[in-house]
Amino acid sequence: MTHAPSLSPTSPALPTAGGFFRRFRSTPSEPDFAKRVQFSSPYLPYLFLAPQMAIIFIFFYWPSVQAIQSSFYLEDPFGFGSTFVGMSNYTDVLKSTEYLGIARFTAVFTALVTFFSLAIGLLLAVKADGIIRGNATYKTLLIWVYAIAPPVAGLMGMMMFDQHIGPLVKFVGLFGWDMKVGLNYTDTAAAMIIVSVWKQIPYNFIFFLSGLQGIPVSVREAALMDCRSGFRRFWTVILPLLAPTAFFLLIINTTYALFDTFGIIDVMVKDKAANNPITLVYKVYMDGFRGNDLGGSSAQSVILMIIVFVLTIFQFRFIERRVHYT
Amino acid sequence: MSAINITNVSKIYAGGVEAVKSVSIDIADGEFIVLVGPSGCGKSTLLRMVAGLETISKGTVEIADRIVNDVEPAERDIAMVFQNYALYPHMTVYDNLAYGLKNRGTPKAEIDARVAEAARMLQLEQYLDRKPRALSGGQRQRVAMGRAIVRKPAAFLFDEPLSNLDAKLRVSMRGEIKQLQKRLGTTSLYVTHDQLEAMTLADRLVVLNGGEIEQIGRPLDVYHTPASTFVASFIGSPAMNLLRANREGNRLHFGSQTLEADRLAALPTDLTVGLRAEDLRVAQAGEQSLTLKIDYVEELGAQRLVHGTVDGKPLTAALSPEIDLGETIALTIAPSRLHFFDTTTGKRLTRLTDTSSVIREQVAALEPAIS
Repeated sequence: MTHAPSLSPTSPALPTAGGFFRRFRSTPSEPDFAKRVQFSSPYLPYLFLAPQMAIIFIFFYWPSVQAIQSSFYLEDPFGFGSTFVGMSNYTDVLKSTEYLGIARFTAVFTALVTFFSLAIGLLLAVKADGIIRGNATYKTLLIWVYAIAPPVAGLMGMMMFDQHIGPLVKFVGLFGWDMKVGLNYTDTAAAMIIVSVWKQIPYNFIFFLSGLQGIPVSVREAALMDCRSGFRRFWTVILPLLAPTAFFLLIINTTYALFDTFGIIDVMVKDKAANNPITLVYKVYMDGFRGNDLGGSSAQSVILMIIVFVLTIFQFRFIERRVHYT
Repeated sequence: MSAINITNVSKIYAGGVEAVKSVSIDIADGEFIVLVGPSGCGKSTLLRMVAGLETISKGTVEIADRIVNDVEPAERDIAMVFQNYALYPHMTVYDNLAYGLKNRGTPKAEIDARVAEAARMLQLEQYLDRKPRALSGGQRQRVAMGRAIVRKPAAFLFDEPLSNLDAKLRVSMRGEIKQLQKRLGTTSLYVTHDQLEAMTLADRLVVLNGGEIEQIGRPLDVYHTPASTFVASFIGSPAMNLLRANREGNRLHFGSQTLEADRLAALPTDLTVGLRAEDLRVAQAGEQSLTLKIDYVEELGAQRLVHGTVDGKPLTAALSPEIDLGETIALTIAPSRLHFFDTTTGKRLTRLTDTSSVIREQVAALEPAIS
């Protein structure tokens, strides 16, 4: 579990984000006829694609269609049939002040987790990149955290923020903050954000570091001659060249904050008093599997799907335009 | 004014490897100096120490009478052209040229004027809006040059700037660099491993070997009077032939073959003799000669390189393509064209009176007739 990938600049241990997303672009910048393969039968390529398509259909489209379908029905909690209710699952959800409150928290949570995990990951990567001696140890130590499973991270977070033994609670207590994780809405939210950010930093660190190491040394040296301020050099040369990596991570981190923080949230709020902050995904789970409201839960997942869809389109349309791929 | 003085500069890496050993070079204002040597000779390290990209372990570097050992690269008033151009890939050509000026707070109007001037000089005007990836290798190299020019620095530093170009482009860019440097009169330090580039560009060239200076001099002086066997074999193509010889009086024995020269009395009996391939010519009947057993021939068009052996030792001669070649050929050389080196140290040995002074005497003898 503690295996860290090697990060030497020569080994292609990590895919570059630029190459990863270039495939999705609608207009390929250069035609690569040389790579084009000729098939003897026109059906052969489809046969090769079939396994991948099968997986996508079975694990993505089919459940999606199921979710959309059941979002129009009111399911009997004990499985004795369902009643078609049209859009009322949606209207119920969207009228609910509780749901809108959770949506607002999810937006704040996602924004903060994405921002801080990207910013701290970048900061650590820049610092690690500057280290010459002992950098392997330093990198390994930073990457380690990534090997921790989300529920375990949540559990560790719980211990750090425990009312009686949590060192972080004691630490902030020194400044007069009586932190009550699991009881106080804001305190729980803070703890959730901190643990989620902590968990995601190593991932961002790895990508930013490999991105930094992909910037040609001579370009940095040229900048060194053209600009005396290191801060300005970073903003005008290094960061723009990191943009493909940063854009890739922005999408991955948004998805992470929206969905993959489930385990952390679960550990932190399960079996706790009510009025704790939760995100939309957790609400889907609560209503569907705790509340047995499968129809409402399905409607929520469809809404979530639309949100992610719109967000991704927005990111590709408006942010990727400013990304320079080398 | 913007002279560069390199005084006893050494580079010692962690682990004790000495890449540059106490090198001193004084570069006059406006001079074009080429550092040349095989890879690993320390030429790039020396250049990077002048640029400020490597720390200076010992000694001082002065640019325009200011010791710059502890001065940031951006404040040394120098501009560098890198081997792989090192253009900012996310900036247009205009921004690439303007970047250094913007960071120095140059007024917008002045930036525009300087970029326009550099673009005109380098014929980059129609490419100013392009990104580097939309340019050819030669154009990128021009942008890299332009980035150096717009800054109007005290000195240009070139780190093998032509190595990434194809042979034809290299020749034309070489000419452009030379002309540009002459026009601007900016002190330049140029690193290359290509002796032809060194010969054609340099006002003076510095031949480095193993971190030490082998010879500093004008290209033709270095070519005609190499200070060591290393310089002799490095400068000039094909490399100078070096043959071991035994001296007996004024006779030189190459194994079983013999050449006779004059004024050799002061030389040691065991020595290395240097013969330029282009100084060798076919011997007329009755002339003293060395017999070359021909192995193979390289046709260069204007001349042909004949490779073979003299008494088992390799020798190359550059001959006119009109000459018919058999199995062997008798070659001779003007005795004044012979070079002599110490067999153990490789250092140049001078005869009683050096050839150059003979030439000077001849010129002096001619002068009254001219005037």
